[in-house]
Amino acid sequence: MRRVAVTGLGVVAPGGVGVKEYWDLLTSGRTATRRISFYDPSPFRSQVAAECDFDPATAGLSPQEIRRLDRAAQFAVVSTREALADSGLDTSALDPGRIGTSLGSAVGCTTSLEREYVVVSDGGRKWNVDHTYAVPELYRHFVPSSMAAEVGMAAGAEGPAAVVSTGCTSGLDSLGHAVELIREGTVDVMIAGATEAPISPITSACFDAIHATTPRNDTPESACRPFDATRSGLVLGEGAAILVLEELESARRRGAHIYAEIAGFASRCNAYHMTGLKPDGREMSEAIDVALGESRLPPEAIGYINAHGSGTKMNDRHETGAFKRSLGDHAYRTPISSIKSMIGHSLGAIGSLEIVACALAMEHGVLPPTANLHEPDPELDLDYIPLTAREARPDAVLSVGSGFGGFQSAMVLARPERSTA
Amino acid sequence: MSRTAVVTGLGVTAPNGLGTESYWKATLAGESGLGPVTRFDASGYPSRVAGEIADYVAEEHIPSRLMPQTDHMTRLALTAADWALADAGMDPAELPEYGVGCVTSASGGAVEFGQRELQNLWSKGKEYVSAYQSFAWFYAVNTGQISIRNKLRGPSGVLLTEQAGGIDSLGQARRYVRKGFPAVISGGVDAPLCPWGWVPQIASGLLSTVNDPARAYLPFSAEASGYVPGEGGAILLIEDAEAARTRGAAHRYGEIAGYAATLDPPPGSGRPPGLRRAAENALADAGVTPGDIDVVFADAAGTPALDRAESAALVALFGPRAVPVTAPKTMTGRLLAGGAALDAATALLALRDGVIPPTAHVTGPAPDQQIDLVTEAREAPLRTALVLARGHGGFNAALVVRRHPDA
Amino acid sequence: MPTTSTTTHVTLTLTDLTRMLRESAGEEEGVDLDGDVIDTPFMDLGYDSLALLQVIGQIQREYGIEIPDDAVVDAETPGALLALVNAGQAGQADAA
Repeated sequence: MRRVAVTGLGVVAPGGVGVKEYWDLLTSGRTATRRISFYDPSPFRSQVAAECDFDPATAGLSPQEIRRLDRAAQFAVVSTREALADSGLDTSALDPGRIGTSLGSAVGCTTSLEREYVVVSDGGRKWNVDHTYAVPELYRHFVPSSMAAEVGMAAGAEGPAAVVSTGCTSGLDSLGHAVELIREGTVDVMIAGATEAPISPITSACFDAIHATTPRNDTPESACRPFDATRSGLVLGEGAAILVLEELESARRRGAHIYAEIAGFASRCNAYHMTGLKPDGREMSEAIDVALGESRLPPEAIGYINAHGSGTKMNDRHETGAFKRSLGDHAYRTPISSIKSMIGHSLGAIGSLEIVACALAMEHGVLPPTANLHEPDPELDLDYIPLTAREARPDAVLSVGSGFGGFQSAMVLARPERSTA
Repeated sequence: MSRTAVVTGLGVTAPNGLGTESYWKATLAGESGLGPVTRFDASGYPSRVAGEIADYVAEEHIPSRLMPQTDHMTRLALTAADWALADAGMDPAELPEYGVGCVTSASGGAVEFGQRELQNLWSKGKEYVSAYQSFAWFYAVNTGQISIRNKLRGPSGVLLTEQAGGIDSLGQARRYVRKGFPAVISGGVDAPLCPWGWVPQIASGLLSTVNDPARAYLPFSAEASGYVPGEGGAILLIEDAEAARTRGAAHRYGEIAGYAATLDPPPGSGRPPGLRRAAENALADAGVTPGDIDVVFADAAGTPALDRAESAALVALFGPRAVPVTAPKTMTGRLLAGGAALDAATALLALRDGVIPPTAHVTGPAPDQQIDLVTEAREAPLRTALVLARGHGGFNAALVVRRHPDA
Repeated sequence: MPTTSTTTHVTLTLTDLTRMLRESAGEEEGVDLDGDVIDTPFMDLGYDSLALLQVIGQIQREYGIEIPDDAVVDAETPGALLALVNAGQAGQADAA
């Protein structure tokens, strides 16, 4: 079977633009959550977020790109360029039809859409919104698929392209989709990842309405507390991560640096509730089992789990249940962390950001910690790497995600030279 | 030999017919569902024609508990999914727990729900935003709600490629069948008919501003002036042929024999657009040659440049006027994420009955477009059909469906 | 975005509550909201936490009161929710 190697990484994340800044933040134990600065958050129950200090011009975008692209699309294009440069792949020397694009996003160009809505509706006054105030880019923002086209075109890719939009598992599922396309032989290279720029009043309002985001506004820098007894909800984030994925043998032939192999992936649906999770984590566990099976690895091979760790009571119980169900006793010996404690929950983007963190953990032999975990919840009795990064060289790592809509996904990264069962 | 994916159930919600047979009868008769917009006051807009579904009463199809948390789009999708399962005679509970997946396409999400909540937020305050806004508007909502309602715990997905998405979702469903899942519910249903769904389409510059419903959307013709949007789409039940045989499925509309997708090169690159390549790849994937294709269901963008590009791709692939080409979407309008799924369903119905539905309102192609455009329903022995779709921004998708021996 | 202003001292009846439940969250098949439901857990009436959040939102808007976050967890039945709202545990909304 054709196998899939990760050969290039690109990131825009809270705390810094670029892979190096991202990794520095994740391993320092610092956090990038803060009081929302993009708009006045005072009407909202939750007033904190992990915002990117992102200047599109400094990040290398042209004036036309800046005008044309929503913030999420800007993140994606900047990350694509970094990932391609990192991979050393000269896409112009390849058949463009053999390069595909898969971009995850849960809420698309929501920031631009809301901004333009306010204009054409005259501040929400008009139901019959005024087309004469519509910007030419409005339709691109309306259909987030436009972001996959932008990424593909920026990369010189003319193979299959799509936005994968499965809520908060989009960033894992877009990579899973890319893996399928390489394995089945449709393409040899995928520009794959995810992007999200959801920090806007409408997102704040809808997460407020379901009490999903934390009301811990007095200490923004420690507001996101996955696995901690005092956790009180998620903190919104934003960002993008793009990976260059290549068929393993061709990557080896060209002498590419290989961060890891994406060895297994599965997604399942809980068919239970649009937002709720069952505490037993059954469907997530099924996804983990299948991803491990695809990897031909036993549960004991997993040396690190990058958790969904959103910081809600419900999630942390759910996935702890899933880890125990799938890994058995080994779950108690496996270091687990949630980087959302530091960079927040960037919805559709986070799954890809987490896979980049996994690849970097394998590369550098360092496991990022769970920040703000001072007071363990007795119900959650696994090793969640509190506060400080830990040295370790896992040969295989697991990352999981849950999304509104019931989506449960799991992905396994492994060293390509590992021995398989 | 990889598994064969067959279509065993169809659920259609379309402006010219609610339910598969009602839609098919109207489509063969050339009855159009295009008319003046009634869903909202369109009098202030330059484009005022749409394909609206007139006779859908949500309360007859959707449980009360789901009403406050669903947009019109999701209600139509849930209904189409119910019909597809009923048509196939399948109860997902009888299949393995993780055996049935769901993949749908979306374009701009549940936009009417979203507009209402944006208006609540900006005109009244955040306390007025629905607790359901967190998911009811978003792109994954149809897949999520269909999965929950039918207890589908297999792989689920959502692909966004604008109007190509219906084909991409069917291609993805076939992937899952090939991986060993016995069944996948797939397709797309969309409903962008509200001011906040309308104005972005106006901004695209591709909407027709001709407001006579019979003259507004005339793809391939010399009078092509843009497109008319519509609502609806199709949900299809895709099954592993062997699993369908084992459970004694009543019928197979056909096989998903070939699928391919491409992205156009960047504007100004001088490289050719990707539609022809998508079609060629789908044919190769199906193991057929252009001579095997009995009919083409065209993307039919309705703007002169895009129509010419599609005609040119067809002529390059098949030769001038070498294969019948049709665009029954002239009777529904372009359904965004629902359009290509409905075209696939229509192609399967054409295979079943040996008749090519017409392209309505168009008398013939423009002189520079050398295609055999079917403008009256045409009987023909049909075995294999090609369905084409393009999504705004450069997406191309092609699907080859053919009759299955178990039919 | 405007913020809501305040009024105080409300008495919410079961009839008010069932009306708002229907409007906010619909009605589960096989459940008679006009029956003796005052002590029936919301879960048994077919209402999940989202439905409760939605109806609590509606109560807050219609009556201009603030209902504490924990109500959605603590008030397991219509009776408990009514008691919580009517006993004045509900504070006045912030006039932000």
